[in-house]
Amino acid sequence: MPSGHIVSAFEEELQFLSRRLAAMGGQAERLVEQAVAALVNGDPVLAQKVIRDDLLLDEAQREIDDKAISIIARRQPMARDLREIIGSIRITADLERVGDLGKNLAKRVNAVAEGRQPASLFRGLEALAELALAQLKEVLDVFASRSVERIGFVRDRDEEIDAMYTSLFRELLTYMMEDPRNITPCTHLLFCAKNIERIGDHATNIAETIYYMVTGDQMPPERPKEDKSHRVTLNRS
Amino acid sequence: MSEMEDRQVETVSTRALARLRQNGWLAGASCAAIIAVSVAGQVSGYVAAFACLAVLAVAAMAPGRETEAAVQPVRLVPEANPLEPLSAVHLAAAVADPLVVFDAYGAVVHANDAARRAFDGMRAGLSLPLRFRAPEMQSVIEGALAGDGTVLSVDYSERLPVERSYHVTASPVGHDTGLYVLVFRDQSEARRIDRMRADFIANASHELRTPLASISGFIETILGPARNDPKAQANFLGIMQEQTGRMSRLIDDLLSLSRLEMKPYLRPGQTVDVKETLEAVISSLTPLMADTGMALEREFGEGSFLVSGDRDELFQVLQNLLENACKYGRSGGRVVVQLEKAVSGGVHEVVATIRDFGPGIPQEHIPRITERFYRVDVETSRTQKGTGLGLSIVKHILTRHGGRLTIRSEVGKGSSFAVHLPIA
Repeated sequence: MPSGHIVSAFEEELQFLSRRLAAMGGQAERLVEQAVAALVNGDPVLAQKVIRDDLLLDEAQREIDDKAISIIARRQPMARDLREIIGSIRITADLERVGDLGKNLAKRVNAVAEGRQPASLFRGLEALAELALAQLKEVLDVFASRSVERIGFVRDRDEEIDAMYTSLFRELLTYMMEDPRNITPCTHLLFCAKNIERIGDHATNIAETIYYMVTGDQMPPERPKEDKSHRVTLNRS
Repeated sequence: MSEMEDRQVETVSTRALARLRQNGWLAGASCAAIIAVSVAGQVSGYVAAFACLAVLAVAAMAPGRETEAAVQPVRLVPEANPLEPLSAVHLAAAVADPLVVFDAYGAVVHANDAARRAFDGMRAGLSLPLRFRAPEMQSVIEGALAGDGTVLSVDYSERLPVERSYHVTASPVGHDTGLYVLVFRDQSEARRIDRMRADFIANASHELRTPLASISGFIETILGPARNDPKAQANFLGIMQEQTGRMSRLIDDLLSLSRLEMKPYLRPGQTVDVKETLEAVISSLTPLMADTGMALEREFGEGSFLVSGDRDELFQVLQNLLENACKYGRSGGRVVVQLEKAVSGGVHEVVATIRDFGPGIPQEHIPRITERFYRVDVETSRTQKGTGLGLSIVKHILTRHGGRLTIRSEVGKGSSFAVHLPIA
């Protein structure tokens, strides 16, 4: 053996768990990517594929949960190993939610495609999705490298995502006020933006779980949230 | 043949020496014993010296089995494979494509320089299935580990932070070594050209339509109602000239953005002095500042401001930002250019800040102004000959340099654009 150490059956089980989790993460990343592409390009075929692929994530979640529970039952792990397993269960739940949100994006493709919306809206949505996907990717990269000292970026990116979401929210309201016929597609786009923003939040949750898995401590408390959309109002003037 | 004989002659003498070396301990011990006995006074000094010599001679002639074994292969294979002593690490370093050697658990054993540059956080011990999570990569890695020694390949692309696509090949190294290798052949360029074409058409057609419509409208007017009105004609021709100017600026900017997207990596090892670049930008924009009546204030820190990157590109970043400050912050009457060093998130950075005292940017627009063709105020942008691509180019270049742009702005007080670049 090149690495020169013997991997016990237990360690192998833990490795299986994290590999399965990474594969699930990869599927979730791909799913969101494709959902956004389907939305921006108005591609109903890709949207159907996304909706089907969500089943893979559900299945992965079940498999990881079963495995985790059986490891706990048989091995009674302690300390870091226990955190690793509990962490996996939490992360897999977050990833499954990410998949659901992606699927929801895909389901709205047809509704949004009716009546062409301004290109700038889609660019905004794309930029938002790029931020959320970057968040997810970097968080899962930290899961691979376990370099939790780099996890500070998560908070910064979170703020960016929230600011972008608030800006999109405002723009969508403007379009709706301009012409009531825009209300249907713009409401769908509003939900899409919200879903993407939620994906970013789940990525942040995963980051917190990873921090806990590696260090055994909770991530230092969060700074106040920057999402101001709950206060956005537009007055007809 | 003669070479072979030379080698034979050479080996006779070297072998005697080698044997002496090999049997040295034994000979030394024997000599020591003989001398000890002679000192004890039982044997005369001459006899002892003779005995020592005899021991040494025997040691030199005694057949050394291991030495034979060591010399043998050299003799049998006179033309030894020159690759034999070469380290695999050196070989990997000579490969320009990213190359990763991994073990049966999928953990990285060695990643060459190109791989470490291309993939952030790539190092020995990293688990590959955890790093490359895309379903197609998962199946290739799994296939290689479980496989029967065949070569597997797949197309793989990473979208973030910059888009890259690779043709990835996974294969075992040698026979039963328990090692496998992943080789990434970069195909980003081919892929990017395709995308660029689609992108260019989408963007250009949309943005060129407006000036084109206006030009054709004026042509109609000149040919029709204004046929005999030289004053109106001159007026319309002026507007048309403005519109064509806008179209050509737009095409320039689109092309420079496309060029940036064409080459996603920077050549490593180049360093740029930000201070010197900033001075060059300032002197190139002096005429514009004189026209707009802007005053410039420098607040430069001490020392050198070296970052790694491409000078022309960083020049463009600073130029776009300073030009914007002069155009959109004109009402403030002055621009402050700051250059300092800072530490952010454990990274040492050079920070160049360009601050104007103009009308500022409303909060809701700030997250989006680096998007292509996003304009805070369409009218102002038009009158200032903006294309809607300037900041998008800035952001693109900074991403390539591992840097970032932070924007602070307050309505009525002005805006500041800060460029953060990691210190070389």
